[in-house]
Amino acid sequence: MIKTKIFLIVFFILISLNNLSAKEPSELINEIVDEASLILSSSDPVESKIIKLNNIAEINVDIDGIGMYTLGKYRKNLNEEQKIKYKKLFKSYFLKSFSSRLVDYSDPKINVISDKQINEKYTIVSTLLEATAKNPEIKIDWRIYTKNPERPLIRDLIVEGLSLARTQKEEFNSILQNNDGDINYLFKSLEEFIIK
Amino acid sequence: MKKILTIFIILIFSQLLSLMAVAGSDGTLKINKQTENQNTEIKDCFETVNRGIFAFNQGLDKIFFKPVAKGYRYLPKPIRSGTSNALNNLSNVVTIPNNILQGQFKEAGINTLRFSINTTLGIAGIFDVASYYGLNKLDKEDYGQTLGSWGVKEGCYFVLPVLGPTTVRDAVGSMVNFSGGDAWYNVTVANNTQYFENSDYYYSRLTAGIDFRAKNLEAFDSLQKNSLDLYASVRSLYLQDRKRKIQNLDETTETMNDDDWEEIDTQ
Repeated sequence: MIKTKIFLIVFFILISLNNLSAKEPSELINEIVDEASLILSSSDPVESKIIKLNNIAEINVDIDGIGMYTLGKYRKNLNEEQKIKYKKLFKSYFLKSFSSRLVDYSDPKINVISDKQINEKYTIVSTLLEATAKNPEIKIDWRIYTKNPERPLIRDLIVEGLSLARTQKEEFNSILQNNDGDINYLFKSLEEFIIK
Repeated sequence: MKKILTIFIILIFSQLLSLMAVAGSDGTLKINKQTENQNTEIKDCFETVNRGIFAFNQGLDKIFFKPVAKGYRYLPKPIRSGTSNALNNLSNVVTIPNNILQGQFKEAGINTLRFSINTTLGIAGIFDVASYYGLNKLDKEDYGQTLGSWGVKEGCYFVLPVLGPTTVRDAVGSMVNFSGGDAWYNVTVANNTQYFENSDYYYSRLTAGIDFRAKNLEAFDSLQKNSLDLYASVRSLYLQDRKRKIQNLDETTETMNDDDWEEIDTQ
């Protein structure tokens, strides 16, 4: 009887722990926003802010997934070596671009409005970036990849209806299309951006 | 000749608004289950020429629109918001007929009420009194959107000198404004009335362009700074924005073809 009780207690604790580890997409966004807001409003030097913001992105954004998506039809032409090189370059490009966009904000106020599960793999979290003296209010939707509910990842930001991932994809596709699909031209453009 | 020049100048500001609407447009988002158009290739029929014109427009923005927009930012906020309100109010004269043409009769009614209240009680639209009465601002509509909602395809994408990005459909839509489709143009330029001068129309278009540029200074700077191919980014944003406006997407999110994402499995 005691053994059964202990088993049940352990069983329920394990279940509870499992539930605790599954993160709701809106919770993820709230956490990221709060964390980013703390970093941006701190008196840390810009370099330190960039490192911290990049850490947030590396943990919570599906950088590899976005990288492959942005290649579109050209991703099928890549060999393993090129894939590895591309992923490395894309990650550096993404993090540089991501942090440079964010450091311009001193203390962004983003409020989660709602979330909507669109299928078992994706949830859209809708947020509002509050207006400032310079900028009007901006609607931002976050496309969250939830195939693994314990580790939801951001795959896209949709700003006022415009998808950043899709824009990126069309930009990369334009570079490839104008260079006969030669991935080396994209590598060159990415390298130039990274060292700029 | 004078007429052609007039239309050209008007198009400059209307297209400038379209370009800049990309960065700061209104509206919410939608998951569109109909993804058949999501992966269609962009028809950039004259890309080499377009890129040259785009570079020219960038230069013009650098030496004229951007500095003026920066200066506009120094005006007191009540003046800027009053100007913005008045211009928004004026845009109702194009939005209302397009609401009707698209079968949006409720929206047409709301916009008509908003226009009447704001033009009178709101002193030529400077104050948005209608919102105080619960008549909130709705999305703008134009003839290009109406053609799109009727099923007219966008056709070739192209860039006009000074005017900026457009498509065949949107350019045709813009021409409707100068053929009697824009009441403000009709009372200022097309017909001689004792109340308005031609210049009233041009000033209003120019101010609308500067107001919009001022609202999007940081957004466009960020886009320029982070793009590997700014031309392709602007083209993508313009076409996405037009598609979203034509479909009058609301509430949820339309982003990209899910099938393409489906192939990417990182978890």
